[in-house]
Amino acid sequence: MLHIQHVSGGYAGQSIVKDVSVEVNKGEMLGILGPNGSGKTTLLKIISGILPASEGSISIDGNKLSDYSPKELAKLIAVLPQHAADPFSYTVKETISLGRYAHQRGWFHSWSIEDEETVLRVMEQTGTWSLQDRNIQDLSGGERQRVYLAQALAQEPRILLLDEPTNHLDLSYQKELFDLLKKWSKECELMVVSIFHDLNLAGLYCDRLLLLHEGKIVIEDTPNEVLKQERIQTVYHTKIAKQPHPKVPVPQMVLLPEWENEQVQEIYQVDPSVIHASSERIVVKTKQPLKTMSSGVIGSGTGWYQNFVNRHVDKTYDCSDHKQEMAHYLERNGFLPGETVGMMTAVKLEDVSYKLYIDGQVSIFVVVTAGVGNAIDASVIDREVFDYKPGTINTWIFVNGELSEEAFIQSIMTATEVKVKVLQNEEVLDLNTGTLATGTSTDSILIAATQKGISIEYAGSFTQLGRLISRGVFECTTEAIRKSRLRKEGMS
Amino acid sequence: MGASFLLLAIVLGISLGTVKVPILSTIQILLAQLFPFVSLDGVDQMHVNIVSNIRLPRVILAGLVGAALAIAGAAFQGLLRNPLADPYTLGVSSGASVGAVVTLFFQLSLPVIGAFTLPVLSILFSFITIFLVLGFAQKIERSMRVETIILTGIIFSSFLGALISLMIALTGEELRQIIGWLLGSVSMRGWVYIKIILPFFLIGSAILICNGKELNAMSFGEERAHHLGVNVQRRKHIILMAGSMLTGSAVAVSGTIGFVGLVIPHLARMLWGPDHKHLLPLSILTGSAFLILADLVSRTIIAPIELPIGVITALVGAPVFAIILLKTRAERSG
Repeated sequence: MLHIQHVSGGYAGQSIVKDVSVEVNKGEMLGILGPNGSGKTTLLKIISGILPASEGSISIDGNKLSDYSPKELAKLIAVLPQHAADPFSYTVKETISLGRYAHQRGWFHSWSIEDEETVLRVMEQTGTWSLQDRNIQDLSGGERQRVYLAQALAQEPRILLLDEPTNHLDLSYQKELFDLLKKWSKECELMVVSIFHDLNLAGLYCDRLLLLHEGKIVIEDTPNEVLKQERIQTVYHTKIAKQPHPKVPVPQMVLLPEWENEQVQEIYQVDPSVIHASSERIVVKTKQPLKTMSSGVIGSGTGWYQNFVNRHVDKTYDCSDHKQEMAHYLERNGFLPGETVGMMTAVKLEDVSYKLYIDGQVSIFVVVTAGVGNAIDASVIDREVFDYKPGTINTWIFVNGELSEEAFIQSIMTATEVKVKVLQNEEVLDLNTGTLATGTSTDSILIAATQKGISIEYAGSFTQLGRLISRGVFECTTEAIRKSRLRKEGMS
Repeated sequence: MGASFLLLAIVLGISLGTVKVPILSTIQILLAQLFPFVSLDGVDQMHVNIVSNIRLPRVILAGLVGAALAIAGAAFQGLLRNPLADPYTLGVSSGASVGAVVTLFFQLSLPVIGAFTLPVLSILFSFITIFLVLGFAQKIERSMRVETIILTGIIFSSFLGALISLMIALTGEELRQIIGWLLGSVSMRGWVYIKIILPFFLIGSAILICNGKELNAMSFGEERAHHLGVNVQRRKHIILMAGSMLTGSAVAVSGTIGFVGLVIPHLARMLWGPDHKHLLPLSILTGSAFLILADLVSRTIIAPIELPIGVITALVGAPVFAIILLKTRAERSG
């Protein structure tokens, strides 16, 4: 275990690191974070013995580092530099072999079988085997970094220190390097201490993070605790937002650019002027991207979108890869799939119902197409037959305001509750069960917000926004169902 | 390859001159010097005298001086991670010269060491100079970039050169002795000078060769070497002292001969790679062969007049220096 106790130190009598205490266990990765000049590199240099600690002590398993000779220390601690000077054209293998310096004994440093085996092993681990006869000066930044990593590993250290090791590496090398480090730290019980510039990378790979500010520890804890929005904003003096990583349970920090603020001045409102309806498709095209949560065919989930397309397909539409087909359709008609939410319906689009609802500062624009031929009662689980008939209710709600994630979800709930009630009022039946239907099997919903202007925290049915949604969805859905039914009756 | 180059240079250096000694006779005389049982039958007695009293000591001295300067240069370059460093550009040679000139100027002869006063003072002054130069360069810039060290070396060289000129201006009859010595030459020095340089050469080279691994580590930067387990401060001082010892003793016997310590390590590195375990011994072999040949050229090219040997090394060395400088610049910007 690496014990750092009340360590202070710096250059020429001036303490840059002040009273830092931290422990690192076997197999653990500790990330050191902090803005420029917060003492990260100084702390690392004190640990590696380049700089003396003016106060406090550093020990490994109870033995003070200051008691070790440079050679003994090199067998315990290896350092991966940010970038090493390589003025001479050593080969990769010569460079890596230098890592064995501390393990060689005697005046002539005889090269043992063990040395050779270790060098071969680390070359294999770091993927530098095929480079071994190349000249290090001819390597790319990523390759060179792997060579120095191999050199550090050839020392067979128990602690590996890294100073912003991914500084000059592109994305894939960054990931590769830390995937490897994470694996080794567990397998070889290696203690890894690394300085990070990239908070997200640190959060992804480290077991614990140490946040430094002006040489002092702000906090030392798990990534989830350390990476708090307010704390990072204060320490780094910048605006950031925190969001969850899509795959692993760690936070990710994103920068908030200043131009985002400037745009608040001109508040953009979504209203009926944005809609273009034809028999083939209903299109809503907004001037700015809207934050959207939806269950469309294209652009589903959460994202920022500018085009919203509800496409009429024939009742016989059948395509094994409908997502692919829809993407092609959008492209053919001049919509970039990356900027578009696309839905499908077999309903006649002339029966669309839309309206703008305003209540004080809050306004929403609701667009509904509804066909109930395929209505089902979702509360009945056991169905003997599933006889597909076309019919879909697509509900779009555009909100002029800034919605919290919670408000998005509550909007969906409110809209769904209202839809169910409308189906009951209109006495739409599940033809298989004979009970009142709650929707169709292919219903889609979309909530899109401008994220500008009024800030809306909640959208439950009792809130201002909730009430607007209730009214809008109720009126539009009712009207759309009636229009659709009238047309069918007229036809038959 | 390095060794055969040296042997060839020795034989050529002894054989050629105002009086040509046939190659076979040369080899025969050389063998007779080494092994007393080899007979000298059929060899001109004049040739024997020329070879053993004039040519052989001259060639050996040239070889030792070349070897000392080359290995010192190789060590300085590795230590300072700087292919442009050598005893000459770092000002160490000038420092040693000042030591020597001071000795000649004040007619110094320290007790006990007597004849060794000149080399000891030269070495002492080269120590002082290298520490001053590096200390000064570090004051300017902590990272001690290539250019800073070279510039500092040049500043010190100029200053020390001015000191020498001052002493020459103030001197009377010793003038010729000092000037002759300053120009750099290995002629008419005899076996005494070989005895002066040999112990310092052996000790200095042995120390450097034993620090080959450390020099390898150090050429990746002092911090890196520390991380790899090298006791940087101690090793650095040992290497600097050994390099200065070699330079000082070489300057003491032959004056300032530039560019050997720059060109030879560079050539050796190009041919055999940068690993100091091989680079240092190879620099000894190539350095001595180079200076023997340079001396040969200096005394034969416009015979009977002898050119100072420094003229030849500078004529070869300065363009090479320029090329290396251009190459490092191009690498940095590219």
